[in-house]
Amino acid sequence: MLRKRIIPCLDVRDGKVTKGVNFLGNRDIADPVELADFYSKCGADELVFYDITASAEGRALFTDVLKRVASTVFIPLTVGGGIRTLDDFDRVLKCGADKVSVNSGAIADKTLIRRAAERYGSQCVVISADVARIDGGYRVFGRGGRDDTGIEAGKWIKYCVSEGAGEVVLNSIDTDGVKGGFDIEMLEALCKSVPVPVIASGGAGNTEDFIELFKKLPWIDAGLAASVFHYKEISIPELKAALSENGIPVRL
Amino acid sequence: MVAIADYGVGNLFSLQSSLRSLGEEAKLALRPEELKSADRIILPGVGAFGDAAKKLRETDMFDALIEEAKAGKPILGICLGMQLLLEKSCEFGVHAGLELIKGEVRPIAGVIPKGLKIPHIGWNGLNFKPHPIFKDIKQGDCVYFVHSFSAQNCPSVIATTDYGAELAAAVANENVIGCQFHPEKSGAVGLAILKSFCEI
Repeated sequence: MLRKRIIPCLDVRDGKVTKGVNFLGNRDIADPVELADFYSKCGADELVFYDITASAEGRALFTDVLKRVASTVFIPLTVGGGIRTLDDFDRVLKCGADKVSVNSGAIADKTLIRRAAERYGSQCVVISADVARIDGGYRVFGRGGRDDTGIEAGKWIKYCVSEGAGEVVLNSIDTDGVKGGFDIEMLEALCKSVPVPVIASGGAGNTEDFIELFKKLPWIDAGLAASVFHYKEISIPELKAALSENGIPVRL
Repeated sequence: MVAIADYGVGNLFSLQSSLRSLGEEAKLALRPEELKSADRIILPGVGAFGDAAKKLRETDMFDALIEEAKAGKPILGICLGMQLLLEKSCEFGVHAGLELIKGEVRPIAGVIPKGLKIPHIGWNGLNFKPHPIFKDIKQGDCVYFVHSFSAQNCPSVIATTDYGAELAAAVANENVIGCQFHPEKSGAVGLAILKSFCEI
């Protein structure tokens, strides 16, 4: 039986891991290579790296970090942040990424997903959608959650999958950093009929939040979180043991 | 020395790194001679079968792989590389494979129950028959899969995985072995499988 995946997310700026609350106030917490190795040994099923630097120097530091991680950690690696062109796909795939996550880049260039899927395969292209409730609907945000694009989220996710995205990460801006649980309502409204794997992101505060996620939404494939893992509020081995005890299939 | 066939499909960084982490000398082989001088060969691959088979022919590796296999050299196909070992594939038309293992490559959509997501992506358990590549792992250990096609009508299946139906996870015909999953992305279990292959 396919196992539910637990995915720590590492935001990397200037070669270091950071995590903000509601996308603001980032502070450095660790060496990403060390942290990636630690997570892999703890049983993380996959790692996501977001490059949140804007400068060319930061970008070079990021690809260096990625190469070092891919040389020592042998689980799937997804990379996102600043992916706007096929050259960006190329750059991170050559450094050892297995999948590339796009968000603002796909909003700016509506052909990016299709062209990337045609060149690298759908399994390589992940659409990451930052979504918030606005005026009773769900709206996609760009630029790390700063810009309301006005795009209706359900339609956007369907479009991206029809263009060839092989996986969807739904990040709820409304629950991100709040640690009050995943946004079950938003996930159900936007992702229930999505035919590709769906990764829930935003809001995990404790082990029970993951149990609730997989029990209430059995079609969800993975849960992603950052700070609760980085600050050791949740230990991955304990989380997986608890999920298993609750009848949720995980890789132990 | 392990030669990784580099015929222009896919990213070999992780595969090469994983072998190096095991202390194996792993070189990318761009020409048939480089396959011949190696002790063992890994045939990786992602993407479409027809395109990959064409590239193997263009680089003259197609015939070289068959010769080396017939000479008894250990060969490990991974993912699409495993599928290429079979007789044929029906992905975007019918394409001939290396015909080193009996069987064909067909969509998993035809065998798994409706409603399951395709591709089959993620960690799934292995049920395997005794084989040297599995000597250091346990029944049920998980490995990482990403695929929409699988080996079917294949008498040489040595491991399966349960995705609503039993899918072929590994195949072997003497010195020619194939894994549908990615050992280079399957953590400690995957590394143990690669290590065992390097000891065959």
